[in-house]
Amino acid sequence: MRFEPAQRMTLMTTDTKTALVRLEDVHLSFGRTEVLKGIDLAVNKGDAVSIIGPSGSGKSTILRCINALVQPQSGRITVGGTRVDQLTGESERIALRKRVGIVFQQYNLFPHLTVLDNIVLAPTRILGAGRPATEKLARELLEKVRLSDKENAYPGQLSGGQQQRVAIARALAMKPDLVLFDEVTSALDPETVGEVLWVIRDLIREGMTSILVTHEMRFAEEISDTVVFTENGRVVDHGTPQQIFHTSGNPRIRQFVGGFSGGRGEIRDGESI
Amino acid sequence: MMGAVLAKRGRSSHILRNGGFVALPLISLIWSLADPTLGRELLEWVPYLASGFMMNILIALSAMTLGTLVGVLFGILALAPFKLVRYPVAVYVQIFRNAPHLVLIFATTYIFPFEIMIFGTYLPFPDWVKAVIGLAIPASAYVAEITRGAILSIPTTQWEAAKGLGFSRNEALRWIILPQCLRRSLPPWMNVLASITMGTALASLVGVHELLHAATDASTAVRRLDFTVIAYLVVMTAFFTLCYPISHLTRRLEGRFNAV
Repeated sequence: MRFEPAQRMTLMTTDTKTALVRLEDVHLSFGRTEVLKGIDLAVNKGDAVSIIGPSGSGKSTILRCINALVQPQSGRITVGGTRVDQLTGESERIALRKRVGIVFQQYNLFPHLTVLDNIVLAPTRILGAGRPATEKLARELLEKVRLSDKENAYPGQLSGGQQQRVAIARALAMKPDLVLFDEVTSALDPETVGEVLWVIRDLIREGMTSILVTHEMRFAEEISDTVVFTENGRVVDHGTPQQIFHTSGNPRIRQFVGGFSGGRGEIRDGESI
Repeated sequence: MMGAVLAKRGRSSHILRNGGFVALPLISLIWSLADPTLGRELLEWVPYLASGFMMNILIALSAMTLGTLVGVLFGILALAPFKLVRYPVAVYVQIFRNAPHLVLIFATTYIFPFEIMIFGTYLPFPDWVKAVIGLAIPASAYVAEITRGAILSIPTTQWEAAKGLGFSRNEALRWIILPQCLRRSLPPWMNVLASITMGTALASLVGVHELLHAATDASTAVRRLDFTVIAYLVVMTAFFTLCYPISHLTRRLEGRFNAV
């Protein structure tokens, strides 16, 4: 199912609250491969939006467009009044990225720094924050992600789930307006997925605006205000979790979501392993 | 069983290597004790030889300091996003990484004047400084390659994580990438240090008063075949004592870094 212009208009107008993030007709290709073929998306302040869909549908690329890690060929991207698609030069992109946190699938902690220094580095070096105040903030964040006893450990000494929680704390230390979660549990072993999801759930309850690319269907259903289903670089449908997971009239979505409904009791799904 | 054999071999090779460490000084000592006249002659020349050896250490340390500073800078520039910067650096590195050290020492000796004028006063430009430059050039080319390789060996995801947090390219390099390179490039850097240290003996050929030059002076003055042999044995011992710990430490560091 394609988005016709009329529908695109309804997507825009139904969001009467001011959207913090807005993507309109975003097209992006890597070489000859068309990855995004006209993405529309609106995320209100304080909302949690989950992007689901089969692998290779461009979900992660959408996140990378939002914090200007990649530049789309056409379309409009707005983040809190900034036209992301029109940014030129490194300094403008940096100004944006200070406001938009991102957490990666592979955590990407800095292996030469302790947990505390991983969190403290960006606020002190990039924002120019004072060291004592930043350390205090870092310790609060470590308490929030339940890793207070690990502040002097190195990333290599932590489990995947612990590393991912540090990565979340590291992103939060920049006090972002918005956090992007890029398949943050896909590289974790099943036992540690839960502890990471707990942390994200807490954050969303506190009102952190979040966009999640995820394969955790149960989790997406539980925490999202809006669920977006993408396939082949297009938004097939979007709506409340109830609409997408239970009452969708779209056979493709029913098929995709139904593939996971057998494991309703579990928090894991097969695809992301 | 296998483990025991390997452990035994490990231990015996350890003894063999450390035995090698004491063998050279031991031979010189026993020989000079066995022939008191030779021993006395050698003892007389030791301060002269030692003053030469200090020059080797001075040249090696200066050349490595200069070479490392320039080399790290060039290693970073070799990955600069601008061709105009990248290409000249690549040419410099390729030329001087493949030039014999002796040729470079001769070149710097004859290219630079014997004195330079600074603010109206003539300052001498001593030969040992020219030797420092002659050795710093290849050292900088090696260090540039080591630095470039180390930067490239850091996963791109580290750059991405840094970007995601708002680091600029230079800030990411300074705070995230280069600190990680330090560990990786230490073993190869120490190989260069050992090689440059041994290369300081070449400075004798352009008249720098260093250990090999001192030994030649001594053997010419004494005019005894056995003294000549033992004098060069002492030269070998001195270089070995300086370089062996470096290469030994390198091997241990490499083992430790590979294990992690």
